[in-house]
Amino acid sequence: MANFIQRDIISIRDFDKDGLLYLLDLAKRMEQTDHTGLLKGKVLASLYFEPSTRTRLSFESAMKRLGGMVIGFAESGITSAVKGESLADSVKIIEGYCDIIVLRHYLEGAAQLAADVVDIPVINAGDGANQHPTQTFLDMYTIQKTKGTLEGLKVGFLGDLKYGRTVHSLAYALAYFDAEMYFISPPNLRMPMDCIEELNNRKVKCYENETLLDIAEELDVIYCTRIQGERFADPVEFEKVRGTYRLSKSFIESLGVKEDLKILHPLPRVDEMDETLDGTDFAVYFQQARNGIPVRKALLAAVLGAVE
Amino acid sequence: MKNMDVSAIKDGSVIDHIDSKSTLKVAEILNIQQEEQVVLVGMNLISKCLGKKGIIKIGGKSIAQKEVNKIALIAPNASVNIIKDYEVVQKFKVKVPDVLEGIVKCFNPNCVSNHYAVHAKQHVINKNPIKLKCHYCERIMNAKDIILI
Repeated sequence: MANFIQRDIISIRDFDKDGLLYLLDLAKRMEQTDHTGLLKGKVLASLYFEPSTRTRLSFESAMKRLGGMVIGFAESGITSAVKGESLADSVKIIEGYCDIIVLRHYLEGAAQLAADVVDIPVINAGDGANQHPTQTFLDMYTIQKTKGTLEGLKVGFLGDLKYGRTVHSLAYALAYFDAEMYFISPPNLRMPMDCIEELNNRKVKCYENETLLDIAEELDVIYCTRIQGERFADPVEFEKVRGTYRLSKSFIESLGVKEDLKILHPLPRVDEMDETLDGTDFAVYFQQARNGIPVRKALLAAVLGAVE
Repeated sequence: MKNMDVSAIKDGSVIDHIDSKSTLKVAEILNIQQEEQVVLVGMNLISKCLGKKGIIKIGGKSIAQKEVNKIALIAPNASVNIIKDYEVVQKFKVKVPDVLEGIVKCFNPNCVSNHYAVHAKQHVINKNPIKLKCHYCERIMNAKDIILI
């Protein structure tokens, strides 16, 4: 999928290795050169039916930095959804006001539904616990930038692997690059079986662990995630696992990790990463958040046909 | 002389080679309790290929494609015979289509298809054993997860 023009960006599964590499290369160009005015006259509808800070603001910033305009809302409570309007009707109406839709929704499959009913491109900015492909692009971009390569890395995924959509998407994407994957979680937040099955079918070496202790020294990257209280139906189950993992500078150093280990996190963090980590060379999560701009600029420009 | 376990019907449809244990589920798909003509249901009949099989004969009934697709999910070995004047005028094996629309409910309670008036839709990624991927939420469903609409 190297041709992005007018394509919907719904799932990381829609991308092959060439498509991913094309986008990462374009993001690098976006970061190195000024592209102001590239999307002049284009309008992005930013539709957030679920709260978001980084994703929403970085999309809006990327669009404005390319000279485009942004309309939309950041909470569904102020939309006709509260009057009972269907999602399909909402997006069909908004389609007439813009050139591209970026949609965040709490229901899984919402972005696909929107893409099925409108003729303009739809970008999935997160649909429930399902997919968050643009987060994966910036995760990949950050890994490539800080490790110098995407090929053959040993990557540990830590935290909520059951509901963590960014984990699922990143694991699928890294499968193209011969990565070895270690899934570290409490037993009730393990990587879903169908994800493991899919990775096994793609001949990815994956392992499951409950702690970092025996494997940390092997890892090139740790991808840490928040245990998401809002995804638990039962608050008692959440209380059992919150605070299970807490990475700090001293803890990481005590594990004998590689000097060039990089720790990523999609943010926001709660208590899984101590602030003592922030100033270390391990911590690249703030840089990761900043990388949302060149990556989303690249994506918007590619989908709207403004670049080759 | 061949001994028939279930009597012949003059006109209608016969669903044969049903896995015996799935017979009543197929009967449910065909909504037999609403039929006004003859309905014959046989279970645990001897079958060369299945060991034991089920069979359903419904007088005056034409099977709709949607029903055939549902039967294929529950009883992949089944065959359908269309009967006219005691003769089989058409016979075919049921076949799972590549895409199912409005037939199976997505088992994921957070799937958008369970919250809005959307036709549930799945892509068949494996026919035997059956494996479906929801068009919307991408969850994979196995036979045990299938709830027919």
